[in-house]
Amino acid sequence: MSVPIKEFSGKGITVHGNDIDTDRIIPARFMKCVTFKGLGAYAFNDERLDGNGKSKGHSFDDSKYQGNPILISNANFGCGSSREHAPQALMDWGIRALLCESFAEIFAGNCSSLGMPAVTLSKSDIEQLQSLVENEPEMKISINLETMKVRAGSREWTASMSEAYRNALLDGSWDSTAVLSQAYTEIDRVAGELPYI
Amino acid sequence: MAGKNLFDKVWKRHKVRTLPSGQDQLFIGLHLIHEVTSPQAFGMLKDKNLTVRYPSRTYATADHIIPTDDISRPLADPLAEEMLKALETSTQEFGIQYFGPESGKQGVIHVVGPEKGLTQPGMTIACGDSHTATHGAFGSIAFGVGTSQVRDILATQTMAISKPKVRRITVNGVLPEGVGAKDLILAIIGRLGVNGGLGYAYEYAGEAIDALGMEERMTLCNMSIEGGARAGYVNPDQVTYDWLKGRPYVKDYASMVKYAEEIKSDSDALFDDEVFFNASDLKPMVTWGINPGQVVAVDEKLPVVESLPEEERETALRAYEYMGFSENEKILGKKIDVVFIGSCTNGRLTDLREAAAVARGQKVAESVTALVVPGSQEVSLAAVKEGLDKIFIEAGFQWRLAGCSMCLAMNSDKLQGQQISASTSNRNFIGRQGSPTGRTLLVSPAMAAAAALAGEIVDIRKTGAAS
Repeated sequence: MSVPIKEFSGKGITVHGNDIDTDRIIPARFMKCVTFKGLGAYAFNDERLDGNGKSKGHSFDDSKYQGNPILISNANFGCGSSREHAPQALMDWGIRALLCESFAEIFAGNCSSLGMPAVTLSKSDIEQLQSLVENEPEMKISINLETMKVRAGSREWTASMSEAYRNALLDGSWDSTAVLSQAYTEIDRVAGELPYI
Repeated sequence: MAGKNLFDKVWKRHKVRTLPSGQDQLFIGLHLIHEVTSPQAFGMLKDKNLTVRYPSRTYATADHIIPTDDISRPLADPLAEEMLKALETSTQEFGIQYFGPESGKQGVIHVVGPEKGLTQPGMTIACGDSHTATHGAFGSIAFGVGTSQVRDILATQTMAISKPKVRRITVNGVLPEGVGAKDLILAIIGRLGVNGGLGYAYEYAGEAIDALGMEERMTLCNMSIEGGARAGYVNPDQVTYDWLKGRPYVKDYASMVKYAEEIKSDSDALFDDEVFFNASDLKPMVTWGINPGQVVAVDEKLPVVESLPEEERETALRAYEYMGFSENEKILGKKIDVVFIGSCTNGRLTDLREAAAVARGQKVAESVTALVVPGSQEVSLAAVKEGLDKIFIEAGFQWRLAGCSMCLAMNSDKLQGQQISASTSNRNFIGRQGSPTGRTLLVSPAMAAAAALAGEIVDIRKTGAAS
């Protein structure tokens, strides 16, 4: 079993925009690798650097956000590819939890498999949190998965996430291999009853 | 009592148990792997001291990083060579069937699975690739998964997944001349939105779907994910069975058909949601923005941002800025620099035939670089037998080796600078085709071929050779 994750707190980093797709999170040309190690250097690469390798002023390069583990973004975050390279790149950069208006489905599942809470807040709450973080990057944000409350300073918001992913994080079964491996007898039974196996 | 749909029936047959998290543990009947998303999974397996539980249910090929000009070893790109080697080593070590570039059977995984007859009705299929939905064309339920799930499937032949709801998309009527499956799915995504399918699997049904051939059904299901749906499928029928008959992995045709008939949606099946389209209203479609939902009919003007639903405006503004296009501009006549015909969406024999019918006896515009990349080595061989390669080459297209190529540009086939492509692939995301500033217009194979000849977007219904 993996470690239960009931609460996470840390400083925030904002990235603005809806439909931020996996190609933007990690362009395909950086997926030529056989391990996930080091992918963080290329997170949001083409949003961060122009054609000459000069910084475009992306928050991932902003000194005030370095090492901040909670990514705050907008709707349909992580749409597109099923590539786990996307959450892996964010994780390798230092992200440990995400707060967005909504997530693409495979992306949310991939985050859960890595023990990275992907939690949603309403559009207005996200926008409010984004401006709070931008004004005060040192502010601590806490995400409580038991109460589903997100807190920053004196503010508190009600959050939501897929019940299954939440349960998996809470009971430490998010690293699914161990849990799935407990059912070999049933697996073989199901396989045996399929006409095509 | 109301009937059941295919999705529910197949799910039930493959469900191992309900997990403590509330998700289901689902048996995966066919697991497909490629070189990009599997090496880390094999690495995790080794770290955990696990082995592959059902090696005979996993099949591998190499597609994303394969060069389409020269596949002699070692590959020119050392990173690509390393990935290819890793796949060769892992498949050998764990006894997994691998269709490598030297086998004559290599290709884009979603082209190879069906053409081998690996993909069959009523299977659960998973692959570390979002376009796995393609296989739903055969009445299977097929999921794109991440690498951690690839690891889980290798280790247990199962994965943890929540059962999505099922939306039936019924397309009544007949598709007009010059309008095909690609236009249909782009129109569906355009109307329902890029996240309209969130939480759903799509069943495609109705007269227009029944009339589609298998390759077209694959095109349709392939892009389900671009509409946010987790999977998409078409109920199996005689078209499905005829297409599969005699393929190498169809060992017992009669039992395949018997099972398929059992798992088909019942005529009184219930769905969580229903949506209707009229095929006769549809036109050739062209994307103009940075996601596949930003799409117009070829004779329409680009939308005014203010007229869009509020949640789409921000992305639309960003799209206009990136593409360098303006509101109310026509997409017709838009100059293009590159044409890419291929990919898991449109790299099959019928796609190449459709493009070749347009290209026959014509010339690619001087300003255009046009690539034809067959979806697999077998597609390539079949196309050569019909002389399609000659038609393309004589018209000035480059005839390449099989692979994913410029769909996502993990090999050396890339857009340069701000080039605009007319592409038969599935994503027009920022930077998708290899240049961080490159621009993509998604179209059907016929529309792509016609654009190559004209050097600009034209209406295939007016330029002819649409059939």
